[in-house]
Amino acid sequence: MELLVFLILFPALAALLFCILPNGRLRDTIVVLVSAVIIAVTLYLFVLFAGAGTVYFDIESGMISQIMTGLEVIISAGLLYLAAKYRQYLIAGLVVIQLGVVLYAESLINETAALNNLFIDPFSIIMAMIIGIIGSLICVYSVGYMRDYHAHHEGMPDKRRWFFALLFVFLAAMFGVVFSNNLFWLFFFWEVTTLCSFLLIGYSWDEEARKNAFWALLLNLLGGLAFAFTFVWIGLTDPSGGLVMMDTLLAAGPAVAMIPAALIGFAGLTKAAQMPFSSWLVGAMVAPTPVSALLHSSTMVKAGVYMIVRFAPIYNVTMVGYMISLVGGVTFLLASGIAISQSNAKKVLAYSTIANLGLVVACAGIGSYAAVWAAILLIVFHAIAKSLLFLSVGTVEHKIGSRNIEDMTGLLGRLPAVTVMMIIGIAGMFLAPFGMLISKWAALVAFLDAQYGFILVLLLAFGSAVTVFFWTKWLGKLIEVAWNPKPVEAKISNHEYSALVPLTVLMVAVCIGFPLLSSYLVVPYVFGIYGMAATLGQANMTIMVMMVFMVLIMPLSLLYFRKDRKILPHYMGGLSSTPDMHFKGSIGVQRPVALGNYYLADYFGEKRLSNIGNGFCIAFIAMLMITVILGVIA
Amino acid sequence: MITEIIFAIGFIILAPFIGALIGGIDRKVTARMQGRVGPPVLQPLYDVFKLFEKEKAVVRNEVNFYIFSYLIFVVFTGALFFSGSDILLVIFALTLAHAFLILGAYAATSPYSHIGAERELLQLMAVEPMLILAAAGFYMATGSFSVRDIALWPEPIVMTLPLLFVGIVYVLTIKLRKSPFDLATTHHAHQELVKGLTTEFAGPTLGMVEIAHLYETVFFLGLVWLFFASMPWVGLLAVIIVYFLEILVDNTTTRVRWQVMLRSAWLVALVAGAINLGVLTLM
Amino acid sequence: MSYITKSPWIIHYDGSSCNGCDIEVLACLTPLYDLERFGIVNTGNPKHADVFLVTGGINEQSREVVKNTYDQMPDPKVVVAIGICATTGGVFRECYNIMGGVDKVIPVDVYVPGCAARPESIIDGVVRALGILEEKRTKMTEKGGK
Repeated sequence: MELLVFLILFPALAALLFCILPNGRLRDTIVVLVSAVIIAVTLYLFVLFAGAGTVYFDIESGMISQIMTGLEVIISAGLLYLAAKYRQYLIAGLVVIQLGVVLYAESLINETAALNNLFIDPFSIIMAMIIGIIGSLICVYSVGYMRDYHAHHEGMPDKRRWFFALLFVFLAAMFGVVFSNNLFWLFFFWEVTTLCSFLLIGYSWDEEARKNAFWALLLNLLGGLAFAFTFVWIGLTDPSGGLVMMDTLLAAGPAVAMIPAALIGFAGLTKAAQMPFSSWLVGAMVAPTPVSALLHSSTMVKAGVYMIVRFAPIYNVTMVGYMISLVGGVTFLLASGIAISQSNAKKVLAYSTIANLGLVVACAGIGSYAAVWAAILLIVFHAIAKSLLFLSVGTVEHKIGSRNIEDMTGLLGRLPAVTVMMIIGIAGMFLAPFGMLISKWAALVAFLDAQYGFILVLLLAFGSAVTVFFWTKWLGKLIEVAWNPKPVEAKISNHEYSALVPLTVLMVAVCIGFPLLSSYLVVPYVFGIYGMAATLGQANMTIMVMMVFMVLIMPLSLLYFRKDRKILPHYMGGLSSTPDMHFKGSIGVQRPVALGNYYLADYFGEKRLSNIGNGFCIAFIAMLMITVILGVIA
Repeated sequence: MITEIIFAIGFIILAPFIGALIGGIDRKVTARMQGRVGPPVLQPLYDVFKLFEKEKAVVRNEVNFYIFSYLIFVVFTGALFFSGSDILLVIFALTLAHAFLILGAYAATSPYSHIGAERELLQLMAVEPMLILAAAGFYMATGSFSVRDIALWPEPIVMTLPLLFVGIVYVLTIKLRKSPFDLATTHHAHQELVKGLTTEFAGPTLGMVEIAHLYETVFFLGLVWLFFASMPWVGLLAVIIVYFLEILVDNTTTRVRWQVMLRSAWLVALVAGAINLGVLTLM
Repeated sequence: MSYITKSPWIIHYDGSSCNGCDIEVLACLTPLYDLERFGIVNTGNPKHADVFLVTGGINEQSREVVKNTYDQMPDPKVVVAIGICATTGGVFRECYNIMGGVDKVIPVDVYVPGCAARPESIIDGVVRALGILEEKRTKMTEKGGK
């Protein structure tokens, strides 16, 4: 129990320290130390609880709950102030309503019955490892990155103290989310993540950042409101407060828990940036890159899918679950499609995150044991690959001064180390033997066994084809040759390396070792709920691992192919070209060769597909809400 | 286990020769359709052997690595398929193989191979949904993804998956690089952006691409056969008819723009997939 | 016999021809003459080609292209100059802009004269070129062997 409390409190206390410490080597060292401690404790947590199943911890809730309520009021007041200052009346309204709803609900529920406020089970362990390891590595990375960031953005007020404080508060809140069994507590941490993401997105506090930050806040408050209504419902049906415990609620089954599950599902959809709420995550890329990495991989959006996956057993074979699945499925297809038309690397990553979360949501909405198995694996693979990608894009951006994929031509030759890591990350996102593909395989199996799953199969089939397109063309850009590359400042800070390298190793390790991950953590969790669990099958495991090794061995062939080859010039329609690829164009003018990728904007344009997606998803969510309302009336 | 390994090894050894034979017959039939005599039946083999007799010339050394990986993974795909493994893994391995081919063309960094690579990528995107849906269809029909179980299914699967079969035949044209969908590169004497994807591959490098294509042909015809697996000889007949149709289409159509290819392939996949899987679900 | 003679792929370039010889070259690929009987394919890509067919004399504009195309062909390779212009410059040899036959720029292995060269003689020229190709191939392996 101490471990859990430590993981929640330690980052929070460290954050307090960072508020005071000035910029400098001392702070940087302490950031690294704190991160190291978090990683170590997370690993210890894993060792301690990996085989222990679900463990509940009995903590007196009275005092702590009051503190939380107090903090909530303070946070609300702060938000109200900001909203009033920047004339965001909608947000102000939502904050007031939400606070009112929560306070009303608290008055309904007699919380003294609440006992097992904290808990840990294999799924929590997985999430804690994602938060603890990946989140901490991102914090380490930010030390180097933020130094460069402020060097690149002179004139911007240096608020790095707040920045590091917020990062660690964020981690603390995420630990809180995954360890809380008391939904009130969970809700408190949930709102803290919303607040942190709002402040971090608005870090630079220029016009655009502010706008996007408020937009993110607005959408997440909408989800928070849905979450808050859960308590009202619980308070009205069961004033004894037993259902506030997540395990009791989940054990009560769909008959009782359907409405809270739907409301929390809605909250999860907003937080996981599913269509039509996806725009906040896309806007969030104005923040410094480590923030994007944090939001996309280990925190925030993962809180959204975490809740939906938690409630997956309730969704199994229900209308509500199916609607959530459809939202996820449509988001997967269309967000992947939009990624084709984007040349901004961070935007491509953002849409790919939205798409992959869509897949997780689709699996969770199906809620069968195979689907949950797939969903959890997806979360793991996505967290690692995406953090690696964001961080490497961030480093590259500082080095080449652009985040446009077209400017990354020949990056493999210009920044070999970082590019290799980026390539591993991209491969992890879509190529066969690597992570995501296993999950896609599992998702497909799960959809096929589900009722009316064939619609999701269709969405998945088209979506994965689209995924292949935009990732491969990015890879292609990286390995092309740059003829007259701009000189690159090759020195990359140690802090950045010390995050990138472990993530790369982790990526490869998870690809090879996922059978262990599956059998030690995912299967026990799924088995604990459903009494059965999906596996990949021995033969398929062997094939997958074989393929990973084949891909890893392949580059050795370069040793052979390097020898006695004659190098021919490029074919330019018979005209000669210079080594830096200029050719004689019409009327004898020397022109440079310029190669660009297809973006197919007429077909996969952002606006067009967003509109379609939002339309569909709003319809599905409306149906979800109608189900809820009908349920309340009944 | 032993039989599976034998099948896999059998594929690895025999497929190029069978593929070459099919390719040779293809060229012969094509020639006859045009009123010509045509090359010897073993011509594809001669071509490959010749390419390995040529000088080892490349634009960049790395290109060979990608192309070699392409070849290895195409062989792997086929071996997985014929040893009765999971059909989804087979499809994913094939995608990986093609990703390597495309990366090879990217790595060459020439205008023609670049456009070829983009088009190959479009072709990949056009075909992928249909393949996955076919795999899904097999699963719904037989309850298993294993090619072995599907092949041993007592009834002809084409009866339950008629539309998906049509869809597969449709995308087969793209995969076999037949007109009207030979956008990325072509086997014909008439050209498409020089040779598109393969423009910068010379000698042994091109030889590897050709060998991979032979393997791929056999693999895809195997996939067609799988729809008739319970009646092997009927299956063989179906494969022959399908391939003949491909030749006929190849010789009677002109190349289309990528928009038409992508749209039509997706439309076919959508209609075939939705109706066929939908009906299976409701039944 | 090596396989190279069973599968010679050609590339055809028009130096500055009047198109007469070009039409005859293409005629070879028609059903009547059917060059594909010998495994010959018109690739149109120097990287794939073994035989380089050039028609027309060489002028300032085409000089570079012929040279470049030849350089991009991997060994072993042969060049066939088709038509009298490609062989010697023909009636244009005195023109201010004509350098002469193809052999002014690249080594030519077989000359097929004629105005225009007949398909039969073109085929004959290519078949003779195959013999030379074979020789070159043998030489290459010997050198490679050492």
